[in-house]
Amino acid sequence: MRDYTIFIPEFIAAGAAIGIIALELFVPRIRKDVLAYLTFAVAVVWGVASLFYIGKDPNSFQGVIQVDNFTTFFRLLSAGTVAVTALMSAHYLRDRTATASEYYGLLLIAGCGAVYMAAARELMTAYISLEVLTFCLYILVGYVKRETIGSEASLKYILLGAFSSATLLYGISLIYGITGSTFYDEIAAALAERASGTDPAVIVGLMLILAGVGFKVSAAPFHMWAPDAYEGAPLPITAFLSTLSKAAGFALFLRLFAGAFNTDAVEWRWAVALLAAVTMVLGNLIAIQQTNMKRLIAYSSIGQVGYMLVVIAAMGYGDAEVGKNASSALLLHLVGYVISTLALFTALTAYYNKTGDDSIAGLRGMAETQPFLALVITVSLFSFAGLPFFAGFATKLFMFQSATSDDLLWLVGLAVVNSFISLYYYLMVMRQMYMFDPRPGLARFRVSPVLWVLGAGLLAGVLFIGVYPGPLFEGAERAAGPLFELGADVEAGRLTGGPEHVSTP
Amino acid sequence: MTFDEGQGYVVLATLLTPLVAMTLLVFVPGYQKTLVRWISLVAGAVMLGLSTYIFVAYQVESGGDFSPIQMQLRWDWVENTAFLGDNGIQLHLGVDGISATMALLTGVVAFAGTLASIKLDYRTKDFFILFWALVGGCFGTFFALDLFFFFFFYELAVVPLYLLIGIWGSTRKEYGAMKLTLMLVGGSVLIWIGIFAVFHEAGLGTFNLVALWEAGQNGALSPTFQKTFFPFFVIGCGVLAALWPFHTWSPDGHMSAPTAVSMVHAGVLMKLGAFGIIRLGIQLLPEGAEFWMPGLMVLGTIGAVYGSIAALTQRDFKLISGYSSVSHMGYVLMGLATMSAIGITGAVLQMFSHGVMTALVFLMIGAIYDQAHTRDLRDFGGITKVMPMWVVFYTIAGLANVGLPGLSGFTAEFHIFVGTFQTYPLFGGLAILAAAIAAAYMLRLFSMVFFGPTNPRWSSLHDLTPMERMSGALLLGAIVIMGVWWAPFVDRIGDTVELLPRVAS
Repeated sequence: MRDYTIFIPEFIAAGAAIGIIALELFVPRIRKDVLAYLTFAVAVVWGVASLFYIGKDPNSFQGVIQVDNFTTFFRLLSAGTVAVTALMSAHYLRDRTATASEYYGLLLIAGCGAVYMAAARELMTAYISLEVLTFCLYILVGYVKRETIGSEASLKYILLGAFSSATLLYGISLIYGITGSTFYDEIAAALAERASGTDPAVIVGLMLILAGVGFKVSAAPFHMWAPDAYEGAPLPITAFLSTLSKAAGFALFLRLFAGAFNTDAVEWRWAVALLAAVTMVLGNLIAIQQTNMKRLIAYSSIGQVGYMLVVIAAMGYGDAEVGKNASSALLLHLVGYVISTLALFTALTAYYNKTGDDSIAGLRGMAETQPFLALVITVSLFSFAGLPFFAGFATKLFMFQSATSDDLLWLVGLAVVNSFISLYYYLMVMRQMYMFDPRPGLARFRVSPVLWVLGAGLLAGVLFIGVYPGPLFEGAERAAGPLFELGADVEAGRLTGGPEHVSTP
Repeated sequence: MTFDEGQGYVVLATLLTPLVAMTLLVFVPGYQKTLVRWISLVAGAVMLGLSTYIFVAYQVESGGDFSPIQMQLRWDWVENTAFLGDNGIQLHLGVDGISATMALLTGVVAFAGTLASIKLDYRTKDFFILFWALVGGCFGTFFALDLFFFFFFYELAVVPLYLLIGIWGSTRKEYGAMKLTLMLVGGSVLIWIGIFAVFHEAGLGTFNLVALWEAGQNGALSPTFQKTFFPFFVIGCGVLAALWPFHTWSPDGHMSAPTAVSMVHAGVLMKLGAFGIIRLGIQLLPEGAEFWMPGLMVLGTIGAVYGSIAALTQRDFKLISGYSSVSHMGYVLMGLATMSAIGITGAVLQMFSHGVMTALVFLMIGAIYDQAHTRDLRDFGGITKVMPMWVVFYTIAGLANVGLPGLSGFTAEFHIFVGTFQTYPLFGGLAILAAAIAAAYMLRLFSMVFFGPTNPRWSSLHDLTPMERMSGALLLGAIVIMGVWWAPFVDRIGDTVELLPRVAS
């Protein structure tokens, strides 16, 4: 059944994106920050529209796209991130570019791409959604044309991104060759029953897919593009890269590995565990040496990806129960991580608007020039490090606890050690802000009210999740539910023939 | 188990007072220093009152139904979500004889610390925000009967130290702050791993400590498991308790820390470590404790002897107290390692005794350092003539340190020595040796500073301020009361200790 109503929220977002671009075409002298507030409003409508899908029966479009609680979860996350990023960009972009409508349009479309990465239940759809997201980001990274570093970052991102897409496609084609299908549930069934001689092809296919998606979430050793792209991109886009872009990658990971590959976990789980270990160690160790704040966050977020990959590995080592628990905890952690990161970037953007300096040493004396921003940065960094009262403490504890099993205790231990290492470089940032006097000539200044309110709101979010994670955790559990119900369908043997079968009326 | 809701709210109020004070201070403008001081004074006085009430109201055993854990309060936090089962995480507060004593200690030292730092003029507001976070963390750890919240507050107590020492400290403050933070958080990495393992192994789906203690005794946690993970908890907590060879942060940290922070840190925070060994070591993993205690005895004895020898050669007031703290915490660990009722009772007595006496010593050091700006013993001499009151306080604290009968140190060390002689006579002998060396370094300090010709450079020093006298008198009162009338302490602690698993009475 073709039920177009499931796309309504994205019709709103993408339609508005075109509208915004057209608006600047017809009213070229429109204030650029008005466009940002418009985008914010659209994103809010988009988020509200997606609320209507909560708790409805899973509804799929010919088996390729499914709107269930999991999709709704990522719709809300996308809409929220786009809304915050738009507000963050208002001032930043007005000062730096003559045209801004494409920027906001692409931001909305990138958000739609992220949603369908979560909603896709078919490999080609997943791939196309992923490309929608990354193509928008290629442009957004280099959007401020006056800065050469941005163009360089964009070019590097495009070249390596194209390479990773090829890897991903090659992996998909191998899996298609073995299983004869690109639908997740049919792949799951076919992998469970495949002939014994197909091991090498399956392993190579899985590894290539892992590498391709690993590239998008910047897991080491596929992380090389991230620090440069982060450094060259406009600050709000760096925020977008390190939040929604990663979250969507994990949505794809979860749907794919829980739905399609869970029947063949033995073939990939060790690789994911290894990838997680390498990613977190490399990210955290290299972060120590950074002098630029954006690069520091790039490496620190690579470390964060390592922690999140622990969950994917746990899914492979445990049964569906473990997988469901661990994915719920991962979803909760993602929300905490996204909110903390956005809070951090809101503060950094506000500071950068004033000083134009994004080095770590440039933050010196912030406790005196702008104590509120210093507080926001402190809270978000402490949240990353997993200290109590802030989101990271509870969510990381839940995530690691749910992943703990006899097979994976070493990896969980390594993750905890890594989050200890990360505390060191976060403290070095703190040191600049609180223990040194400000640069001469920089007096106490005021933050624009929009960014102030935004920062305070995100700060409250970080504290709320840190102190009372219960309600959100329950929401995350409901969102993770549908992931593993697909596996049950396959076991019940209800599936026969063509793509029509999976749709539920 | 009887629930006394009314008294449970007293415990909650004690925990909330510092946290509320902290939150209030965030919203007070920084230049309103008088208001900041008044809020802190009131909060400190309320805390002292409430914690005294908890100590006094704690019911000692009088035949019939005795339950060591009293004044409980349970609020569901998160349950039946993902891996969390019934009672998954609760804000479960309560006190037993040990934590009632520790709460009193925290109340006394925190109020004394407030009085001592009331004159602080540099970033007063920020100081007290962090100070109350620290105190709140201490109270929370003592009251928590839920592993999640135990660790939550334990971490909360450690983190503010970095900024407290780094901003308001002296003498290599950045080095001392970073070393202290990294070592303490490094210790909590081990605790964190241990918590994951215990939760997974017990398989109860709850962080409730009472339920987990039950699991530790009824075999749900296998002997092999207990022996494997006991070192995680003991070394993790031991870092904070200055367990040799993980004590090296202590002299550096104390040397750098500002007065009130030294007081709370040496007075209360180091006790969190020993308290953690009781809660997570002896109570949670009794079989592991039985197996590893001889090892802890060796390390504790080395610490006791090493600390006092090192103190003998130091020339800085604070380093002497830092090393003497290592030595006294060595006694605490020895007392715990006896696994006998009298030894553990002595250890808890020593935790209290060392807490108040070392707080008094640091208070006095702060009082002279603020005027003299040096802490080198050789610079002083004949101070008795210019600061008689100061000398009286310091002398009494020093003599309590040595273990003079009639002061708290004697009561505590007597119990520990008896316990040690009953179980490990050789180590008992070494402990007495360490006590003798303590007399030597204390008398050396007295002779170099108090007596001899007065250096004219110090003729302008003024004696203690009224605030310092009040603060000192409070601590002195605690020292003397425990020295002459220890029955209330021994009753409360002894009742609880006798019911600890595998403890010989």
